[in-house]
Amino acid sequence: MRRRLADFLPLLVIWLPLLISVAHVVGFTAWTTWLSFTPSDLLPEYDWAGLRSYRAVLRTENTEIAYANLLVYGVGYVGLTMIIGFVLAVLIDQRIRAENLLRTIYLYPLAVSFVVTGTVWSWLFNPGQGIQKFVNSLGWTSFRFDWIIDRDFALYTIIIAAVWHGVGFAMALFLAGLRSIDPDLHKAAQIDGAGPFRFYLRIAAPGVAPIAISVLVILLQYAIKTFDLVRALTGGGPGISTTLPALVVYDFMFQRGQLGRGSAAAVLLLLSLIVVLLPYYFYTHWRARRERTNG
Amino acid sequence: MDKALRPGRWLIYAILFGFALFTLLPLIVIVLNSFRTAVEIGRSSLIGWPAGLAWRNWSEAWGHFCIAQRCEGIRPYMENSFMMVVPATILSTALGAIAGYSISLWRFRGDTIVFAIVVMGVFLPEQMKLIPWALVLRELELTNTIGALVLIHTVQGFSFTTLFCRNYYIGIPQDLMKAARVDGAGYFRTFWRIVLPLSPPILIVTVIWQFTGIWNEFLFGVTFTTGVQQPVTAALIAIATTPATDVVEYGVESAAVLLAAIPTLLVYFFGGRYFLRGLTAGAVK
Repeated sequence: MRRRLADFLPLLVIWLPLLISVAHVVGFTAWTTWLSFTPSDLLPEYDWAGLRSYRAVLRTENTEIAYANLLVYGVGYVGLTMIIGFVLAVLIDQRIRAENLLRTIYLYPLAVSFVVTGTVWSWLFNPGQGIQKFVNSLGWTSFRFDWIIDRDFALYTIIIAAVWHGVGFAMALFLAGLRSIDPDLHKAAQIDGAGPFRFYLRIAAPGVAPIAISVLVILLQYAIKTFDLVRALTGGGPGISTTLPALVVYDFMFQRGQLGRGSAAAVLLLLSLIVVLLPYYFYTHWRARRERTNG
Repeated sequence: MDKALRPGRWLIYAILFGFALFTLLPLIVIVLNSFRTAVEIGRSSLIGWPAGLAWRNWSEAWGHFCIAQRCEGIRPYMENSFMMVVPATILSTALGAIAGYSISLWRFRGDTIVFAIVVMGVFLPEQMKLIPWALVLRELELTNTIGALVLIHTVQGFSFTTLFCRNYYIGIPQDLMKAARVDGAGYFRTFWRIVLPLSPPILIVTVIWQFTGIWNEFLFGVTFTTGVQQPVTAALIAIATTPATDVVEYGVESAAVLLAAIPTLLVYFFGGRYFLRGLTAGAVK
């Protein structure tokens, strides 16, 4: 009897958390997907309604604006974060003084929540209190910086705040990549008379390409999931000009109480995530196989 | 030691410190404002040097300031966050360490596929889980409790911690495991005697990341709790979205926002080395 317990307990400890986790990942995904095909309104129902919710979600202006915004925001946020992050990493790699100090400064936003980030930047962008008023009070009275209340420009304030939050992360990973390049390559390049610019273009950039792809994918999935930052910074406004797909889901589910449509919007969000992650998954497999065959 | 400060070097330093200033700007502004009075800020702007040290902002923010019609300051919400983050961090880390050990070293049938599914939880958007969680919490009679958030963050965090620990434990040589088995050590004894003593580095990384992630999480907090039960991120949104018509107490609010950010900032400044290690471990693998 005692022996049986000793055999049984490890099985329980191994499987119980794993099964709960698997049930939560697979089960919850299936559940929400199922709800997206039902006519659920305020309460979940489980009748079949086909693609009705999807059609309704895709027809609303919110969805259209949200995905158009996601495109602009995704390109702006990911592009700027990666470019600035790479440039900073290259500059830090020039054997500069105060490297630790600078790295600590660049990376601290990562420890700050998006709610705090959005709140503080919303104050700075507020033309009546923030940067605009500060510059005006210095004497440049015609200075205008009121993007946050401008439907056509408010999205860019979100990009700025998101870049502020993410640059340190990109920089840290790029720097780790640069540091892992064989120092002999650096010397060889110097002997060949290649200047630092050519070194970074010809040797370092291809060397950090795998890391760049990881950074790209991680930032893209952050972009797709962005929610808190917008809630705190613009609340999706002015109007709905800065709404994003994750906000549309929340809006359907909890502001309008349309669970079926909210679920459909969530599934669309998941699909856009898969569009980003699936190529990455195949890429990593391809790379792993190539490394195995090459040696 | 190699090059003198040529003009090119000056440019490098100018760019690096210029960007550092941009990065620090929000922190500097908010620290300075937490010592400025509302009148002072109203007269100039949010960017400025404090005329005196308005400590009152901090006591107001901590204990008296009104958030969504409740005037007890940020303290109750900070307490909620701690009540949520401490158990959830410990539970998710402990369970993740055991699961990581089972998958990477103990090995059992189906371990790779189970691991793959668990790790998918890292990427799955929270929005896909909101309605199922709401229904499950109602069944468990945990609606609008901090216990609900502990449960959610433990289950959710388990995916992260299992990934972290498994990737670390996979580096432990299998020979060590074989030797333990020859000695007759079972599942628990092997974990306790061999794996756990090797674990502090990864456990520190995991705890730091779980603490930061759970403290900063917003969507679950705002969806599943209301009023007195909310964690601090959810309560802060009420500050961020104060109607423009109200007189905004920027000084007090700055202190409140800073208080909410301090726990994770402290973790970052004291555990920065591990913070970075988690970053590269989680991202590059």
